[in-house]
Amino acid sequence: MSILTSQVSDRPAFVAEQFDDIDQQRDAAKLGMWIFLATEVLFFGGLFLAYTIYRFTYGHVFVDASRRLDVVLGGTNTAVLLVSSLLMALGVRAAQLDHRRLLVRLLLGTAFLGCVFMSIKAVEYHNDFVEHLVPGAHFEWKGPDPHNAELFFWIYFAMTGLHAIHVTVGIGILLVLALLAWRGKFSGGNYSQIEITGLYWHFIDIVWVFLFPLLYLVGHR
Amino acid sequence: MNEFHLFPPQASSAAHQIDWIYFALTALTFLICAIVFLPIVFFAIKYRRGSKADRSNPRVESLLIESGWTIVPLLIFIGLFGWGAVVYFDVERPPRDALQILVVGKQWMWKLQHAEGKQEIDELHIPLGRTVALTMTSQDVIHSFFVPAFRVKQDVVPGKYTSEWFKSTEPGEYHIFCSQYCGTQHSAMIGRVVVMEPEDYERWLNIGQPSESIARTGERLFRERGCSGCHSVNSKFHAPLLEGLYGKSAPLETGEIATVDDRYLRDSILLPGKEIAKGYQNIMPSYAGQLGEEEIMQLIAYLKSIGNQNPPNESK
Amino acid sequence: MTSATEIDIRTEGVAAPANYLNINLGVRSWLLTTDHKRIGILYLWTILIFFVIASVAAALMRIELLTPQGDLVTSETYNKLFTTHGVLMVWFFLIPSIPAVLGNFVLPMMIGARDVAFPKLNLFSWYLFVAGGALTLWSLVRGGVDTGWTFYTPYSTTYANSHVISMAAGVFVAGFSSIITGMNFMTTTHKMRAPGLTWFRLPLFVWSLYATSLILVLATPVLAITLALMSVERFWGVGIFDPKLGGDPILFQHLFWFYSHPAVYIMILPGMGVISELITCFSRKRIFGYGFVAAASMAIAVLGFLVWGHHMFVSSQSIYAGMVFSVLSFLVAIPSAIKVFNWTATLHKGSVSFQTPMLYALGFIGLFTIGGMTGLFLATLAVDVHVHDSYFVIAHFHYIMVGGMVMAFMGGLHYWWPKITGRLYPEFAGKLAAMITFIGFNLTFFPQFILGYLGMPRRYHAYPPEFQVFNVLSTAGASILGIGYLLPLIYFLWSLKFGRVAGPNPWRATGLEWQTSSPPPKDNFERTPIVTDGPYAYSAEEDVDLNLASV
Repeated sequence: MSILTSQVSDRPAFVAEQFDDIDQQRDAAKLGMWIFLATEVLFFGGLFLAYTIYRFTYGHVFVDASRRLDVVLGGTNTAVLLVSSLLMALGVRAAQLDHRRLLVRLLLGTAFLGCVFMSIKAVEYHNDFVEHLVPGAHFEWKGPDPHNAELFFWIYFAMTGLHAIHVTVGIGILLVLALLAWRGKFSGGNYSQIEITGLYWHFIDIVWVFLFPLLYLVGHR
Repeated sequence: MNEFHLFPPQASSAAHQIDWIYFALTALTFLICAIVFLPIVFFAIKYRRGSKADRSNPRVESLLIESGWTIVPLLIFIGLFGWGAVVYFDVERPPRDALQILVVGKQWMWKLQHAEGKQEIDELHIPLGRTVALTMTSQDVIHSFFVPAFRVKQDVVPGKYTSEWFKSTEPGEYHIFCSQYCGTQHSAMIGRVVVMEPEDYERWLNIGQPSESIARTGERLFRERGCSGCHSVNSKFHAPLLEGLYGKSAPLETGEIATVDDRYLRDSILLPGKEIAKGYQNIMPSYAGQLGEEEIMQLIAYLKSIGNQNPPNESK
Repeated sequence: MTSATEIDIRTEGVAAPANYLNINLGVRSWLLTTDHKRIGILYLWTILIFFVIASVAAALMRIELLTPQGDLVTSETYNKLFTTHGVLMVWFFLIPSIPAVLGNFVLPMMIGARDVAFPKLNLFSWYLFVAGGALTLWSLVRGGVDTGWTFYTPYSTTYANSHVISMAAGVFVAGFSSIITGMNFMTTTHKMRAPGLTWFRLPLFVWSLYATSLILVLATPVLAITLALMSVERFWGVGIFDPKLGGDPILFQHLFWFYSHPAVYIMILPGMGVISELITCFSRKRIFGYGFVAAASMAIAVLGFLVWGHHMFVSSQSIYAGMVFSVLSFLVAIPSAIKVFNWTATLHKGSVSFQTPMLYALGFIGLFTIGGMTGLFLATLAVDVHVHDSYFVIAHFHYIMVGGMVMAFMGGLHYWWPKITGRLYPEFAGKLAAMITFIGFNLTFFPQFILGYLGMPRRYHAYPPEFQVFNVLSTAGASILGIGYLLPLIYFLWSLKFGRVAGPNPWRATGLEWQTSSPPPKDNFERTPIVTDGPYAYSAEEDVDLNLASV
């Protein structure tokens, strides 16, 4: 039953020893990342569920609270992430075509836009802090139902905070990849790490595309 | 109550219904176990290693057999579901015209109050053969009011009202257990239901100080706590009049329609901004922290008692 | 595949020269290993520690329950004991047990692979598990938690005075270990099967691990976010679950059970997979209804996500929701029933022998059937009103978890022990322990059904005197059960030095893991196997006199 199989001698060095060939390694990496992203959907999903339930229960307060968020900054951030996803997708293409310098630039560009996103977020958080909208001891709300308004902001900070953590991790990975790319690691067909990072980056973009209308646009008709 | 039992006493109308399902399930369990265990034993012996049984052409699949043992259990299970659901539907919906008891659970005791006003702690005296409905809430964590002899149980949840009902069929004393873990003294949060002959119950009700009925207490609270300051004809504040309101549908500012039930009234007292009636503004202060759970229930009992009155003419 | 009896037995009785155990020695080679076999063993030792602690907690509880009064420990301690028992047994023993120990060891070999898809992530998942466990033990050392493993709010968020957040953090971290394992197994099964090994030629253990991995990957993140929300509320007083702050305590229950019900299928599905391997090998027969058993595993995984509300029939959920969950709960019982019937039918015209793994497998079928049937009592709405949160529920899930899952784990451990260690355990001791376990188990948990219907609630430190007889019987059973678990601990350790050398295939089993030496070489196979036939190509007629008595 056992027969000699591939004693492949021209097996590239970057294929790990548990894999038979580069295709298997690349396929496995992609599938693994898709499964990981599915877990992330469920992870964020719990927060989306809590938001939905309380939006349904405390509709009015949530609308009022949402109006205090800066749509311009949030909208800008949406555009920033969308463009960064474009750069990332182009980066994957560059890796596939073995365009080393272009790849490095695109990775750095994506990371840069990620940093722009985080900066705008920081400005927003700062404004929220100054306006006493950060839940906790200094929270102030002039209007009925301060408690439920505070709940809105809890959910807002939890969801955007969790998202921001994911963006930060992504930026870190992109910078490391840019360095490795500059050193030539991803040439000769060894681009699956770029691909799966691309998947991850698109995912956090999609999460934001859902977060933005739910949190920011609810109060703006 | 302290003798050895193999089976709990059947002391309510529901107990008999539920026990029948239990016996049917037990019989089915024995049947299925026999259907599985007997062939296993039989095959294990007949086909044991070294025995001279016929092992030629063994089957390894059969759509017919698989369908059989999929569909037959499915039909039995649907039947069981239906039976359980029908009885459950009965058990969960209190009939009208029940004796109303208010229950407040707190760590680690049960506070009960009869409609006539008499209060009990960890004990519930009821007359035999009458339907009794409990309206319950918790002051702190989730508890659960469980009377095994009646086969009834319902979680008692803070922030909302839950209910259960039973009709006793045997006089005697039966355990009350808290059956939702609630902290350190969870297993000490027990009591007893005392089912008495109706005459004895009437006599028991009248022992001790005469008490005011729950609705009366509610009416008193309505005045003393300032509710009538706004919710009355002569008030200078524009607040809804509450006569004739209980059980009706109330349009809200948001355009939705709410039913004025216990939950709505409780929320209106504690979270007045949540569901504002149409035509009114959000000016009612919250009574959160100022009224105990019993007091809120008494207020609601009062509002229920004036639920059939005609609303007086409002002055603008 | 050739019949298993034709396997070359020239290497019988000779220890494999270079294998995964002796290829690299020293602590560093173990702590930095990426070999799935070594990682499986690392998990084995770690879960053993938690099993022992959780068993001690159970023993103390059962001793306390000998008398109606709470006289051995204080109420607070008792509450911490049952919480510890639940948290450790569920998350640090049962959930990792078969997947992380046996699955890690056997899965790649069963599909003819050299390792899992992501070996470094595999090692990382073990470290996460250890970190989570350490956090949980830290919580215990600081005084423990008394909320029950279910952490119901608002008790856990607002009222409990115990170390809830650190224990929740421990479970949170360990959850990511589960997620990574599930992700690894799924990718491995999809992408690394040997040539010729199509999906419908896979052993059923692989199918059950795949179904388990689906649940691990999709359900565990919800637990993570739920525990995080609970901790945030406890720490900052947010108001998600506490009604006094505008929250909804029932929302917690929905979120918690959305994970925790599928979690019970995480616990049982791998056990069912092991049983399929054992029944076929020890009756020398192909499984009856392979397609149906494989499909049943997937059906259980999917349906398992739809029934969480059956834990909430009396929680103040609407009665219509209750009805939906009840009917779905009946439906999820069907695929389990199908498996039981298929295993039974497999024995027909087989050639049955009763080595220790088979004793555990048969015990599993019996106890799982009883446990499963009692699940129907709980799915039936009207009956559940009476038995919810009583000892009936405790008896039900221990029949499945202990009578089912732990017996499957023991059966699998005995079955693959020779492959893992190259040694045979002592067969007489194995049979003895299996029987002691079976008797002890039934004596412990059967009286609890009666106690439950009588009305004894769970998590009770003290109880009315009329419940004492059954509690005494249960405790007596527990002491016997303890012996049943102690014996294997002793003889497995003994066998490492003094057990008979096993050879590559002491059970004459089919399955790729048996086509290599025991213990296996580091890369599992000298050459990648090519598969040309389906699994379980046994022949009972030919093996009618197969004498495994030498093992």
